[in-house]
Amino acid sequence: MEAIRPPIAMLAELTHRCPLSCPYCSNPVELAARDSELSTAQWLSVFRQAGEMGVLQLHLSGGEPASRRDLTDLVAGAREAGFYTNLITSGIGLTEKRLAELDTAGLDHVQLSLQGTDAAMADRIGGYKGGFDRKMAVAGWIGKIGFPLTLNFVMHRGNMHQLPRALEIALEMGARRIEVATVQFHGWAMLNRGALMPNQAQAREASRVVAEARAALKGRLVIDYVPADYHASYPKPCMGGWASTGINVAPDGTVLPCHAAQTIKSLTFENARDTKLRDIWYDSPAFNAFRGTDWMQEPCRSCERKTVDFGGCRCQAMALAGDPAATDPVCVKSPDHGVVQKLAAEFSEGDDSALTWRSMTAPVG
Amino acid sequence: MTPGDTPLLPRGVRLHFDRVREGWVLLAPERAIRLDAIGHAILSRVDGTRSLGQIAADLAEAFDAPVDDVTRDSAEFLDALAERRIVEVA
Repeated sequence: MEAIRPPIAMLAELTHRCPLSCPYCSNPVELAARDSELSTAQWLSVFRQAGEMGVLQLHLSGGEPASRRDLTDLVAGAREAGFYTNLITSGIGLTEKRLAELDTAGLDHVQLSLQGTDAAMADRIGGYKGGFDRKMAVAGWIGKIGFPLTLNFVMHRGNMHQLPRALEIALEMGARRIEVATVQFHGWAMLNRGALMPNQAQAREASRVVAEARAALKGRLVIDYVPADYHASYPKPCMGGWASTGINVAPDGTVLPCHAAQTIKSLTFENARDTKLRDIWYDSPAFNAFRGTDWMQEPCRSCERKTVDFGGCRCQAMALAGDPAATDPVCVKSPDHGVVQKLAAEFSEGDDSALTWRSMTAPVG
Repeated sequence: MTPGDTPLLPRGVRLHFDRVREGWVLLAPERAIRLDAIGHAILSRVDGTRSLGQIAADLAEAFDAPVDDVTRDSAEFLDALAERRIVEVA
C-alpha cells in the first residue's frame, strides 16, 4: 500500500443539538446527548493535534454549531492552530453581535444552509416556524460584516423545483458559492426515502439547470453540485476515498473517516478522549479498512475507474448491498445496480407526507 | 485580465505556509490549493495595489524571463482563479 498522507480537512461536529429537525439530517439516528459532548478544552486539544498533523481546513458543524455557547472561543482556538475556519450553520442561534464576535475571533467563511426558497417550504422542512425569516436576517448580517458566503441548498423531491430561485437568492445575498446538494441517503434521510427521493425527470432537470447556470454565471457564482446518486450510473467518489483527505470528529469525541461511518457495525471507532488523533488516523484498523485499493473486490478490483471513484461510498455499499467492501450499488457494474434502480423508482413514487422529522429520541423500529 | 487590471485576493482567501507538507497553499472557501514556486511568486505580489503589468514586470526581472510571456502566463493563472471567485479585480 502507498504511504498514508496526512488529512487536509477536519469536520468537527461540535454538537448534535439543533433548533431545526430536517428529515434528511446527516447526523446518525442515535444522536449524542449534550452531556456527552467534548468540553471546550477537549476540542481545543483536538484542534491542536489536527493542526500538527497537517489539517488545513476546519469545518465547524453539528447539529447547529451555534448551539455551543463556546463557539467563539473554539473559532479563536482553531485560528491559533493555523486553520482556515468554516462555520456550517442554519443561522439559527446567530445574532449580529455574535457574528461580530466570530469576526473578531478570525472566522474565515460561513456556509449557510437553505431548506427552501420561501418560508412555507423552509419552515416545514426545518420544522421550525420563523426559521426562514430569521435566516434571511442572518444572511444580511453576514453580508454586512463581509464574511465570504456559501449557500447550501439541500434538494429533494419536495423542493427541487425551487432550484432556479435558490440560485437567485445566492446572487442576491452576494454569495460567492452555492452548493446544490441532492439529499444523500444516510442518517435520518434513510428513514425518509419515500418522501424525499427525486424522480428521474426531476434529477435530469436539476442537472440541466445547474449546467445552464454554470455557463451563465461563470466568474460570478461558483456552483458545486451533488447529483441524485440513486439515479446515476457511476457512484460518487465518496470522501475522495476512505480516510484519504478528511477526518471527522463526532460531538462525543468519536473519530470517524466520514459522518456515516458508524453505520458499518463491523468497525470499531476510537475516541479522541483516549487516543491521539495521529494514532487513530495512521494506525486504527477502522481507518485502514478501506484505504487505497487493496481491499476491493470485483468488479472494482479490475476496474479502470477504481482510482476515479474509489468504489463509491462504503456506507452505501453497507446499506444497499449488506457488505461495506462491495462495489457501491449505484455503479452500473455492481450486481446490485438493478436493486438501486428499483428502489429509486419505488421511492420516487412514495408518499410526500410520510416524513419523520429528526428528534433527539430515536424513532422506534 | 489585462495588464492594466489590478488583481486582489478577496476576504476569505489567503496564502498559508503548510509546515507539514513544506509548501505554500492558497486557502479559500472549501478549497486548499497547493502552489508551485511560480504560483506563489505571482500571488505573493498580488496586493490589491499593483497592476498585472507591474506584477509581470517585477516577475520578468526576478526570473529573467520575457515580460510578454510572463504577462500572458500570469493572466491565465489569475483568470482561472477569478473564474472560481478566488481572485478579484480591484
